[in-house]
Amino acid sequence: MGGWLDSHLVSVVDGVAFGLLLFTLAVGLSLVFGLMDVLNLAHGTLYLAGAYVAYALSDGSLWALLLALVAGVAAGTLGGAALTLLTQPLARRGHLDQAVLTLGITFIAADLLAASFGGEVLPTDPPTALRGSADLLGHTYPIYRLVFIGVALAAAALVYLVFERSSLGALVRAAVADRDMVRALGVDTRKVLYGVFAFGAALAALGGVLGAPILGPGPGVDETVLVLSLVVVVVGGLGSVRGALVGALLIGQVQTLGVALLPEYAPFLLFGTMLAVLVVRPRGLLPSAVRT
Amino acid sequence: MSPNSGTDIGTAARAGSAARRVPAVMVLAGLALAPFVLGSYAVGTLSRILVLALLAMSVNLLTGLTGLATLGQSAYFGVGAYTAAIVARKLTDVGVVQLLAAAAVSALVATATGWLAVRARGVVFLMLTLAIGEIVYSAAVNWKSLTNGTDGMSGIPPVVPLPGMPALELDGLVYFYVLAVFLVLFAMVAHLAGTPFALALRGIRDNEDRMRAIGYPTRRYALTVYGGAGALAGAAGALWVSVQRFVSPGDAGFEIAALALLAAVIGGSGRIWGACAGAALVWLTRDYLGNLEVVDGHGKLLLGALFVTAVYTLPRGLTGIRVPRGLRSVAWPSRKRTA
Repeated sequence: MGGWLDSHLVSVVDGVAFGLLLFTLAVGLSLVFGLMDVLNLAHGTLYLAGAYVAYALSDGSLWALLLALVAGVAAGTLGGAALTLLTQPLARRGHLDQAVLTLGITFIAADLLAASFGGEVLPTDPPTALRGSADLLGHTYPIYRLVFIGVALAAAALVYLVFERSSLGALVRAAVADRDMVRALGVDTRKVLYGVFAFGAALAALGGVLGAPILGPGPGVDETVLVLSLVVVVVGGLGSVRGALVGALLIGQVQTLGVALLPEYAPFLLFGTMLAVLVVRPRGLLPSAVRT
Repeated sequence: MSPNSGTDIGTAARAGSAARRVPAVMVLAGLALAPFVLGSYAVGTLSRILVLALLAMSVNLLTGLTGLATLGQSAYFGVGAYTAAIVARKLTDVGVVQLLAAAAVSALVATATGWLAVRARGVVFLMLTLAIGEIVYSAAVNWKSLTNGTDGMSGIPPVVPLPGMPALELDGLVYFYVLAVFLVLFAMVAHLAGTPFALALRGIRDNEDRMRAIGYPTRRYALTVYGGAGALAGAAGALWVSVQRFVSPGDAGFEIAALALLAAVIGGSGRIWGACAGAALVWLTRDYLGNLEVVDGHGKLLLGALFVTAVYTLPRGLTGIRVPRGLRSVAWPSRKRTA
């Protein structure tokens, strides 16, 4: 066992990094769906926008990364508010219309981004101070990924604490469980909707800024991360932060360790995992409270 | 039942079927005469529109008829296309054999993957189908020994519709082959729309709990239509290969799925001809407007704009499904038609 872990340690740690990256995306997607019944297919675009911001601003210094973080989060927040504004008129019209609308927005954004940044995948370098490798139990491992894991873990812990332990989080959880009841209690649920959508979008853009050196921006990346985060949401259970975290870490391992162990079955591992989880637990691993 | 009366049996559509036969005959005559009037490129475009229309019909079987919005029909389209390409290269250039093989393999794959998908409804179903589509796409890219990866498969011989017939080299002749298959499949789907099976599917769409309560095994019905829609998409994929004589992972990609869904949405719920008209509109927008100087290379932007416009201006597109039964005969005749 020790030997096995030793030879696959890099894959496992990569999987943790990738899983946390997916968490930053999936949590927003999951909560927005839980709250508003909106399937936001433009969620991958927010990641892509954040990654392009990181690419455009990166000059090797830590300040540039910090600036990119601020700019990316601001862009994500604005994007989330704009998406709420656009999807709200369709709230009564069912999922399909919202899906088609956000899909259209994805296409428009993808075209505009490709026109400004070109059709290549742009490898983004981490800041100079975080380049190079560290020694990880006898393996060399990029420092940036370790830092990324640390920062993303902190962000995940923060989201988890706010969502599960604060009164603000209780309000959001209540609105996910039964929006009408919360409204009847005198809460303006539209503010909750805007807040959660903007927050989820900002988190996705943050994932993009930090994730650019791991999964660089380019055409099609929005689709890739969208599908992966949808799988995370389905596997983890809709409308739940815990579910998104567990699902993201599982899918992260499937995409790195799984592919390293069974390279010939790589395309089918994702589907196989989803199949296995849904057969055992049709509503995902840790779904939110049952809605009435 | 005339082919153009759509799935919408037992409503105002039947009363107007005699009057609506006139435009149907005109469209048919136009389709038959098109190769004699249009240039080679336009005829090729028309062939592609017919193929996309079949795919949109397949989406419509699930989305419009059964109420299961899907973004994964490109998967079965791609499976059909690759099956037909492999049969054409390794086995035979007879079109009917390619079609049947593609439909059979696609139906098989659709039933296997649908077994998972039909456990879900609504957005989760949409997510699952999207994931299935992406997985088939990545299989097409990565399973190089079978699919030749991103290079795609070329060197597909011209199609021979039936044994003993000559190989079709000219675009116009391929078009007639596509048109013939299209009409047969259209008639089959139109016939299906009048069966008790289709009525049960509409019941699932409108109120699945009640259908289950009166004893219908709704999941088995959903799986059956999923497999059938997969077969239809696979047949469309085989035709696509006959037209293009080339297949690449892009044919199983997300954009195809999105185009097909958009065509079905624009066409409006449940109506077969609507899906075909939607397919024509979507493909013409992409193909012709996308080639203009002004929008050079911005086909995707245009498509996105079309999506957004369609959602805001065609509210009766698909959501007409949700009109309560009693109101339906009032609501449907006033629906905006896209043609």
